[in-house]
Order: sequence, then structure tokens, then C-alpha cells
Amino acid sequence: MKYVLLTLFLTLTSAAFALNGAIGIHDPSTVVQDHGKYYVYGTGGGSLVSDDGWTWRAGVRPALTGAAPDVIHIGDRYYMYVAVGLGGETKAGVAMAWNKTLDPKSPDYKWVKGAMVASSNGVEDSNAIDPGAFLDPTTGRMWLVYGSYVGYIRLVELNPKTGEDLNPKEKPIDLAINCEASDMIYHDGWYYLLATHGSCCRGADSGYNIRVGRSRKVTGPYIDAEGVDMIQGGGTQLIGSGGRLIGPGHFGLINLGNGVEKFSMHWEADLDKGGSSVLGIRPLLWRNGWPVAGEVLTGGTFEIHSVHTGTSLDMAVEGVPVGGPRRFGFGGPRPPAGSRGGRGARPSPGARPAPGARPGPPRGPGGFGGGMFGGTGHPIPDQTAADVSKNWPAGTVNAGMSNYLCQAQQKWQITPVPDAGGYIGGPYFKITIAGTDRALAATADAELAVVPAFTGAPEQLWRLDQLADGSWRIMPKAVPNWKEPVALSAVGASFATLSKFDPKSDMQHWLLKTP
Amino acid sequence: MNVYRKYLISALAAFVGLAVVAMPGSAAAAAKSYGSTLTSPTTPALVTGANGFIKRWLVLDPVPARGLTRDLVQAMAKKQYFPDQYTIIPKNGEQETVDGKTLTWRAVDTKLYNVDLRHYGQAFHQPWTNVLFWAVTIVNSPREMQNVRLAIGSNAASVWWLNGQEVIGIYGDRQTVIDDGVSERVTLKKGSNVVRTMVVNAGGATDFCARFLDVNNKPIKGLTVTLREPHQ
Repeated sequence: MKYVLLTLFLTLTSAAFALNGAIGIHDPSTVVQDHGKYYVYGTGGGSLVSDDGWTWRAGVRPALTGAAPDVIHIGDRYYMYVAVGLGGETKAGVAMAWNKTLDPKSPDYKWVKGAMVASSNGVEDSNAIDPGAFLDPTTGRMWLVYGSYVGYIRLVELNPKTGEDLNPKEKPIDLAINCEASDMIYHDGWYYLLATHGSCCRGADSGYNIRVGRSRKVTGPYIDAEGVDMIQGGGTQLIGSGGRLIGPGHFGLINLGNGVEKFSMHWEADLDKGGSSVLGIRPLLWRNGWPVAGEVLTGGTFEIHSVHTGTSLDMAVEGVPVGGPRRFGFGGPRPPAGSRGGRGARPSPGARPAPGARPGPPRGPGGFGGGMFGGTGHPIPDQTAADVSKNWPAGTVNAGMSNYLCQAQQKWQITPVPDAGGYIGGPYFKITIAGTDRALAATADAELAVVPAFTGAPEQLWRLDQLADGSWRIMPKAVPNWKEPVALSAVGASFATLSKFDPKSDMQHWLLKTP
Repeated sequence: MNVYRKYLISALAAFVGLAVVAMPGSAAAAAKSYGSTLTSPTTPALVTGANGFIKRWLVLDPVPARGLTRDLVQAMAKKQYFPDQYTIIPKNGEQETVDGKTLTWRAVDTKLYNVDLRHYGQAFHQPWTNVLFWAVTIVNSPREMQNVRLAIGSNAASVWWLNGQEVIGIYGDRQTVIDDGVSERVTLKKGSNVVRTMVVNAGGATDFCARFLDVNNKPIKGLTVTLREPHQ
């Protein structure tokens, strides 16, 4: 994958874009799925549930409550780990309970409490809170990290069949210091320890931010990108405050498969929600072996550019060169019919100077001095649909692809659609030709069309997931008579279609460039 | 190549006294060579190889044409140049009369992935600037193949038909890029399937390539390419 894309495209979207619905929670667990629903649990027995991962509502209080729970699904069990106080400032422990389902309406819904898996005695350099459970995909071994600012982040091995401490008599392994709310993930030969630095629980004054180090061994040492061991306070920042969201903490991986990953956290304060603590979900990207926080797309006007072909999605209509068909220069000959533009030097609205535009440099000796490379002598305004759409067919038009030439049929407005639902971490969008209501749609045979007007039909709603390299996967909510999920795919330089997502190909990787 | 750059290079070539000369080529054992890349077919059929390219075509001598834009090329594609132009399966050497000029269908095999129409023009003393070429071939499939795609490239614009249905159009001043234009999902019938194209050129080089892609967008090999339908 082309990780170099990251730096180009992380700045295109706003950082302030919260999930929908009732999303108040603090110290959230990892988001887990059960029978199509998403569940997350927080401090004090709070829980949220969602049918689509975008719109959330209050869930059912679990049997085991305490502080900063984590949940992991292994086999036919959901293990929940929760910090419980044991009667002193740092005298705490991590309790465990398991359930066959997270659906309270299921006849199988029953929390079974297990043994305590970690503890701190109030004297030692440890505060046994903030558990994070991890199943090593390479070995099948299960681990738990826990800890806070008093003492170390510690690691113990659990029994994946019971969820309990595998070696109660063994001393936990110290991994990090000066952090809390830790978790682990594995990626491409490395173990990553994600922990939260900064102060929590202070609303908009919370300095919480998530940091990371990595190790070839699950037991550490975990070194950050600058070479500093996390046990000496190291940690490379994954995400900090941004936009109107303050204090991210409590990382949890959401692995969607096919190389698409997101992560959950809380924001200590969402300024748009009165500074309350809320659930957040972001894409998880990778650059040079380090995780990078992606963005939730808020919308805007974009060139939709194929990583695979280098060409861009368009509506297949006759294009008009920006500024009008080319002249060979003032007073020069018209280009031959059939050449670029093809219709001679017909003036167009775009050929006029922009209102208020400063005139360009005077023509004269030196440089091109006018002529075929001299331009118009003034800034050429952007081409809008209003400038050129009078000759566009009124009905449905094919979608196509072409070299991007800043033309109106190549500029797409991507807009979240209220009340249309969403997917894990994002809302559905409509994708229209900027300045028009002409909407990109999936056809019944899984091809593409641009319909005259957006109707809100499922085939006109689009899911955009940021991929590991920072590009985007674009999928219709539904394709009529088509069961398999499909994604926008650049098969040829001039043609796009819909086809099954292939993580090994860049055919379905798209860049959203600001025109 | 960009049209303007083509003009500049053509002008430079004329300035230094270069001349484009048709090179009929020396006769091979059985096949006639038409320049460096084209030959006369000597076998009943060709089979598409690992890259899937269709290398045998009947090409009609070019017709004068100007314009590469979508609207102009589409107008050309809808203009009647000769009888049955969307259905004809001509024989090698058959002729059409277009605007009073007699044009010949010529069977060619290409040694490369593409059919170089400049080489065609050089070999048969035909122009290749500001013209359009018609070409047709028959792709024989051993079985029905659904959800495949015709994938083409052309210099410059081109329109393509499969079994009489228009399936691809690419426009503007462009170079031949493999799989530049790709059709929507189509079905290859068991037996013969007629692939037809009209390639329009403004100036400079002109060529085209074509192949079918399977449901996984991989080239389809093993298709038999002929210039005659079984009943002919």
C-alpha cells in the first residue's frame, strides 16, 4: 500500500464530527459486535448500543459494574473486565465476568462472574484499574494490560478458555509508566501498546491524549517512534484534542476485516454537547509501521481520484475546457477543428476575468509574450455547473473517468444525509455533481450512473471508510438485486464500476482531493 | 501524443528533411509484412494469449474525419458511411464506397498487443491523420461467459460495439493505454461474438488494442479470433 498518501489527505476533513444519537459515555470499553449490533460499556455501568455503529442509544447496565471496563469476544464468550475499588486510593482490582451474548433480550444473556485477574495493594507501584484485554492473533494467547499513573502499566497472561489469570503466582510485567487506559493490538509483526497520557476527568481542561509504542515481543519493551521506552515515559501520539473535541482516551480497536480498521475512544469533552464526555470512532491508518488516526469525513467538494488509474470520476458529458476552448493566443489562429476543444475558439463565460480579479502580467517581450502558451492575461475563474450544464442531458447519464481538468462534471459534492443512518463511525452520504442535484447511483447491475436528482434511495447513499493508506473506500448502501457488498472500483482509466472490495488491489482506493 | 506537440514534431521533421515512407517489408515465408508490426494472416485463427489481446482484425481504409470530442465522435459513430456498417463481416479485400472513394477491407495480424494504424497507413498508402478507421473481428468463446468486460485502448478517440451493441466510447486527444476504456459487464456468447470499433485520429500516432477481462478483471486467454463466422 502507498502509505505516502497519508500526509496528503489527512488534512481534508474536519476533526469535529461526532457520532449520532445518545453517545454520552466515559472510559469506554472496546466496541464489540454481537448479532449485528454494536455494544460499548463505560464507567459506572453505562452502556451504549447501536444497530449500525453510527446512531447510538442507551444500553442495559451489565451485572458487573465499576470503572473503565473492557470487553473482548473469544470463542462463544464475551469477557468483561472492570476495575473495582478495594478500599484505598490505589488499592484496586480488575474483576471479570463473562456472557454468551450481549443482547439482553436473548435467552442466553447471563453474566457469570469469575475470579479477580489483577490487583494492587495500595502500596506497590501499581493501580490496578483501566484494564485492556488482548488476544494475540499469532499465538492465541490472551493478555491483560492495566494500570494508571501511580506506578506501572502492567501485563498479565489470561486463559482464553476461562478469561482468568493464567499464572496467578507470577509477577506481572511492567510495560510503561506515566499513563493509563492502556490496550494492545498486533499489526504486521509488531505489538503495539496504546496508552493515554495527560489528565482525565476535567472536562474541556482534560489533557488526555492517546500515545503508542511498539515491540517485537508482547512482553516489551515498548519503544516509541523517537526511540524512547514507554517505561521511561515514552509514547508517540496517536491522537490528541482537535476541532471542538477535547481529550481522547481509552483506545479500543475495531477490526472490520479486509484491512479496514477503526478505533473507539472517548472524548473528555465535546464542546458541541456542552462539554460532556462522548464516544468517538475514527479510522485507524498506518504509516511506516505506526498507527495514525484518520478522520471522519464531514463532506465538501472533491475531485474523486483513483489511486489505481490516476484519473478521476466524472459524469460522462461533453467537457468544456476551463476558461473556454483554447486559443493559440490573442490574435492567433484558431486551433484546428478536431484538436483539443474541437470547436474553435468559442468564447465562454469562463474566459472573462473573474470579478475583481487583478489583471495578469502585461504581455510583451520576454517569456512567451502571449502566443499559444501565454494564457489569457488574467485569472480564470473556477468552472461551475451553472457555466456549462445547459448542454448536459436532462436524464440519467453514465458515470465515467477522465484526466482531471478542473471541469464542473468532475467536481463532486459529498454531503452527509440526515436521518439516513450510517455505519460504524460514519453517516451515509450523497455524492452529487457540485452545484446540482445530479446524484451518483448504483444501478441494478452493479454499474454506476448519475441520476437527475437525489431521492434518498439506498443505491444513492454512500459509505466512505478511510483505508490504512489514507485513501477512501466508497460503497453504496445497497445495490438493487445485488447481495454482495461492492465498492467503487476503477477498472480502467476511463471507466469505474462497482465490484467486491479487494484489499490487495488499489482499484478501490480513492483520494478525495480539494478541487 | 498531445496534438500540439505532434504538430511541433511534424514541423521539425519536415524541417530537417525527414520523410515518412511506406515500408512494404520483405515477404516472409507465407505472411506478408505490413511494416514492422503488421502481417497478413496465414492461419484460420489466432488464440488470445496470457495477456488476452485480440491480434487479428479486418481494417477498412480510413475515412476523412475531424474532431475528437464526445459529441463529434458520437456523431461520427451514428453517421452512415457504408451499408450495414454495424453488422457487416467483410471478407479480406472487399471494398466499400464512402463519399465516392473506394476503400478496402484488409486483414491484418499484429505482432504486438496493439494494431498500429500508422503502420497500416504506411503499408497501404493511406492517410492516418484526421481520419477514422473501422475495424472488425470475431471472438469465438468456447462457452457462454457472463459478467466479462471488453477493455480497450485507442489513439485517439474510439467507439466500440459488441454483437451490435455499443459498449464503450472514449474521447479526446489520447494515447493508447491498456484497459483505458472498459465496458459494463457483458456476456460473451458461446461461439462467435463480433467486436467492432471506429477509431478516430487527429494527428500523429494512431493505434488501438482490445481484450476481454473476466469477472475478476483478469485477461481472458484462450479465445479464438477469426475473421469469418462459422456459416460464412
